[in-house]
Amino acid sequence: MIDWSWIGRNAEEILDRTWEHLFLTLVPVGIGILISFGLTAIILTWRRAYGSITLAAGILYTIPSLALFAALIPVVGLNATNAIIALTSYTLLILVRNFVAGIDGVPSATLEAADGMGYTRSARFWRMEVPLALPVVIAGIRIATITTVGLVTVSVVLGLGGYGFFIYRGFQARQITQTLVGLILSIVLATALDLVFVGIQRRLTPWTRSRA
Amino acid sequence: MSPQPMISLEGVTKMYPGLQRPAVDHLDLEVGEGELVTLVGPSGCGKTTTLKMINRIIEPTSGRILVNGQDALSVDAHELRRGIGYVIQQVGLFPHRTIAENIATVPVLLEWDKGRIRSRVTELVEIMGLEESMLDRYPSELSGGQQQRVGVARALAADPPIMLMDEPFGAVDPIVRSRLQEELLDLHRHLRKTIVFVTHDIDEALYLGTRVAILNMGGILEQYDTPAAVLSDPAGEFVTSFLGGERGLKRLALLPVSEVEISPGPVVDVRATPEEALEVMRRHGVDWVGLIQDGHITGWVWQSELDGRRLAELEPKEFLVSLTPDSSLREALDAVVTNRARVGVIADQGGYLGMIDLEAIAETITE
Repeated sequence: MIDWSWIGRNAEEILDRTWEHLFLTLVPVGIGILISFGLTAIILTWRRAYGSITLAAGILYTIPSLALFAALIPVVGLNATNAIIALTSYTLLILVRNFVAGIDGVPSATLEAADGMGYTRSARFWRMEVPLALPVVIAGIRIATITTVGLVTVSVVLGLGGYGFFIYRGFQARQITQTLVGLILSIVLATALDLVFVGIQRRLTPWTRSRA
Repeated sequence: MSPQPMISLEGVTKMYPGLQRPAVDHLDLEVGEGELVTLVGPSGCGKTTTLKMINRIIEPTSGRILVNGQDALSVDAHELRRGIGYVIQQVGLFPHRTIAENIATVPVLLEWDKGRIRSRVTELVEIMGLEESMLDRYPSELSGGQQQRVGVARALAADPPIMLMDEPFGAVDPIVRSRLQEELLDLHRHLRKTIVFVTHDIDEALYLGTRVAILNMGGILEQYDTPAAVLSDPAGEFVTSFLGGERGLKRLALLPVSEVEISPGPVVDVRATPEEALEVMRRHGVDWVGLIQDGHITGWVWQSELDGRRLAELEPKEFLVSLTPDSSLREALDAVVTNRARVGVIADQGGYLGMIDLEAIAETITE
């Protein structure tokens, strides 16, 4: 049933689609992180913005991806920019919530001690709050990344799709091999990226490893 | 009465927004150099607010605060705080920093050079009875008592003249707490820091304080005096009820045995004759006698045991509790009531000093 030789014959295309899938995942997540930093900064200085910002990000999150791709065609066209804008918008809710939760989760005793030791407000933020928020911040980035890996496949409607291209073409041509290859590689990619972030987190937050 | 004030609060008031009554109301308080002042009172009395206004964790609404002769409200808060050690109940060690890095916090902020920081950290490990092997670990790997020691070490790191401590021993178990209390008294004796210590535990306040400030709801200072004076002469009903029962016992805990005139007691040298021993007992009106050998007391025997035998042949019963001139009268009382002879024996390294009985203890309290 599975046509093993298909894989060998299409190695080059598989590699191309891998790069495409990676590109369409990492660029939106990267841009999403930058935008979320900005939004988090706004929320931290102006708490009342939290409700409206997460509401807006939440509404974006509920729009079906197909609809968003279609809606963006008249604005930016049928291209990668379209996909990147749509995919970026889906990361915002997850990232902003985790960034804010990370900062809010820093124990108040730690902050009071930092104040009492004579940290200035900005030194306290960068040297206490940011590092201590990292585990939750990175957890958010992991979820956003895994979600985006899955969503990239839908961009096949824009002629992109990464591994989604194989899944879609497999359906059309009733070739189970192609669909399975696209599906499995997508899962492998999501898992691999997740492990990379786990590794980064372990390096950046050594104190979370050594619990007595 | 008190030495040069290190901290002085003048008419300090704290109003929290939305509250009708001030948390602290026109408080005047002076803390002399080298004092260990305890702030004590029921919850809501403003003791923690008062403490936190000294290093401006809480900004006063009005009034003046002088720290080390300097107007605390006119300097940068973070500069002020680097010169004041700060210890809080939840410890608040920085979870992402090793013990060594935690201790070095203020020296790093003050930009000491690396060698000086390292040797200071080593010194503090010594002072606080920590272990070198802890230095590379993270706070979560330490027990509560160890964490609080690190918290105190961190506060001491830049050798500030002033320490503020907000219920620092509130979250550790009683055994560790009493050890930490003794260590703090030791530290205070040796380093001569000016310490302001907040607690809700009147016994802790009386035990630690050179002076005790008793606060009532709304930051009203009810009494500010030495523990002995507070206990013997409480200023009004609030203080009396806050001191609770057993005031006599609490006073005994504060007074050393050396305060009382020690009597030589009914003792004889083991080389004395039985007749001489009987004479001592008769003179003291007791039916037992303590035995002295080479300047040390070996124990005591009943009159009935003598029976014409030589004293050296008898097997004396030991005094289970031995006191020193530094023991508290409360310990002396314990020694008295747990001993059949109804006395406590006092000795130091040099040997037997004398005895104390119930009457002597009671007289000190009722004077």
